[in-house]
Amino acid sequence: MGKAAKEKTNNLMRGADGDWEVIVGLEVHAQVASKSKLFSGSSTGFGAEPNSHVSLVDAAMPGMLPVINEECVAQAIRTGHGLNAKINPYSVFDRKNYFYPDLPQGYQISQFKQPIVGEGTVTIDVDGETREIGVERLHLEQDAGKSIHDQHPDYSYVDLNRSGVALMEIVSKPDLRSSKEAQVYVAKMRTILRYLGTSDGDMDKGNLRADVNVSVRKPGAELGTRCEIKNVNSIRFIGQAIDVEARRQIGILEDGGQITQETRLFDPAKGETRSMRSKEEAHDYRYFPDPDLLPLEISEDYIASLKQGLPELPDEKQARFVNELGLSAYDASVLIAERENANYFEAVAKGRDGKTAANWVINELFGRLNKEGLDISASPVSADQLGGIVDLISEGTISGKIAKDLFEIVWTEGGDPAEIVEARGMKQVTDTGAIEKTVEDVLAANPEKAEQARAKPNLAGWFVGQVMKASGGKANPKVVNDIVKKKLGV
Amino acid sequence: MTVDDDTVRRIAHLARIKIEDSDVAGLRSELSGILDWVEQLNEVDTDGVEPMTRVAAHKLKKRKDVVTDGEMADVVVKNAPFSEDNYYVVPKVIE
Repeated sequence: MGKAAKEKTNNLMRGADGDWEVIVGLEVHAQVASKSKLFSGSSTGFGAEPNSHVSLVDAAMPGMLPVINEECVAQAIRTGHGLNAKINPYSVFDRKNYFYPDLPQGYQISQFKQPIVGEGTVTIDVDGETREIGVERLHLEQDAGKSIHDQHPDYSYVDLNRSGVALMEIVSKPDLRSSKEAQVYVAKMRTILRYLGTSDGDMDKGNLRADVNVSVRKPGAELGTRCEIKNVNSIRFIGQAIDVEARRQIGILEDGGQITQETRLFDPAKGETRSMRSKEEAHDYRYFPDPDLLPLEISEDYIASLKQGLPELPDEKQARFVNELGLSAYDASVLIAERENANYFEAVAKGRDGKTAANWVINELFGRLNKEGLDISASPVSADQLGGIVDLISEGTISGKIAKDLFEIVWTEGGDPAEIVEARGMKQVTDTGAIEKTVEDVLAANPEKAEQARAKPNLAGWFVGQVMKASGGKANPKVVNDIVKKKLGV
Repeated sequence: MTVDDDTVRRIAHLARIKIEDSDVAGLRSELSGILDWVEQLNEVDTDGVEPMTRVAAHKLKKRKDVVTDGEMADVVVKNAPFSEDNYYVVPKVIE
């Protein structure tokens, strides 16, 4: 456990007789981005006809032998680099033995004592606080097939399309102290994997899921007995599962009971976790080295060459946005969460003011995309177009208010922002003569208010608003402000 | 090393092998005999000896990430006792 984790004292959960500390460790299972499976040449494609992406290796026909996919090894190493982890030049594949109909081999090929990646760290930001969460290890393993239980009252249907697809199991240390931290950790892990291109992290397709280990203790006490909640498949459910499981354990302990170490299942509909008793006796997995596979040996040169090819990672990008483009840490964190969003922002910010670009991307564009339920790739406003709008503001050609109208026009009708402004007469009026005339008209129409404003200069703002309104939002607000003050003599 | 009756039953269960009570005593003595025989290896001093993982100096063979197999669902389920629409159909198993 990291030092920071030990010292952590907030985030406590209140029980009937005092506070409890919640301890969480996560095993994230991420599907490796690859064309073919870990040990066979069949496709990893999603949504295929039942048992179509299955070779005789995946179906565990007698005599079939596994041959490792070198790209899956490379992806695991890249991920290790992205987690600042130690890459093990020598690792071993083991058999994890259990029986289930969607596991035709009767064992899963996994890595037990000697995983390909060792200790690393993930940095998370929670409520303005930065914490380092330890990664214990990352290992490669096979996914199982899929059982479908609702097709027939007495039978289950088994599809092996997923069987043998490569997974990375990424095990954290028990450094997380709340459901919120666990959620932020998983989101960050997903971002890192997507930046690296080593997993698409698509939770809707089950390509990223987590086993959640939860225990509770009195602050500063020894670690309590933990329960493992299997296969939680959304960030929201991970948070809910931790909260209800911690509550359940606190209830038992405060009633004088003991926690039994066991595997549990989260039921989102009922908002509870329940024991998976059948898994208990199967817990004796009798791991042993797979005699079909020699140890996996990788050279230091190969490990280093994969590090060379890594893209800029989320933490580096965030730091650059803050240090070089002058963004706030919060804005930077919003922009880097998805690589596509960050790329879009960078295209808008290129050669322009970073803060203005960030405001427009986050507030106007993301706001609108969220409202319409659209992804950045489906944005009707391109980075060039948004950049054009930002240019028109910085040049003083249009006011901020008109810019919002312009954004709306570009969103719905498309077109070049500068041409639209020209064609529709949206240019900001900076002609002081015209503005002076409007100011005089407004002052003449409101003699009492003018009198008050002379006495109380902060009332001048009302006149600025009136003049802006009279100009249809096209007057330059700064110029209006100056002229109003001059005419009022304040 | 000797195994007891419960261990014999547990091993059989984990391996999903059905055994009768009358088989337990015989299996117990056979398993104990095998373990005793293998345990002779403990007499060899292996301090400082690297574990041997292979007889010949082979390296793990690797494949390129190319789809070369699959797309034969009918062949895959051909020997299944029951199948429907190319799914395997098995007795209901649910948590």
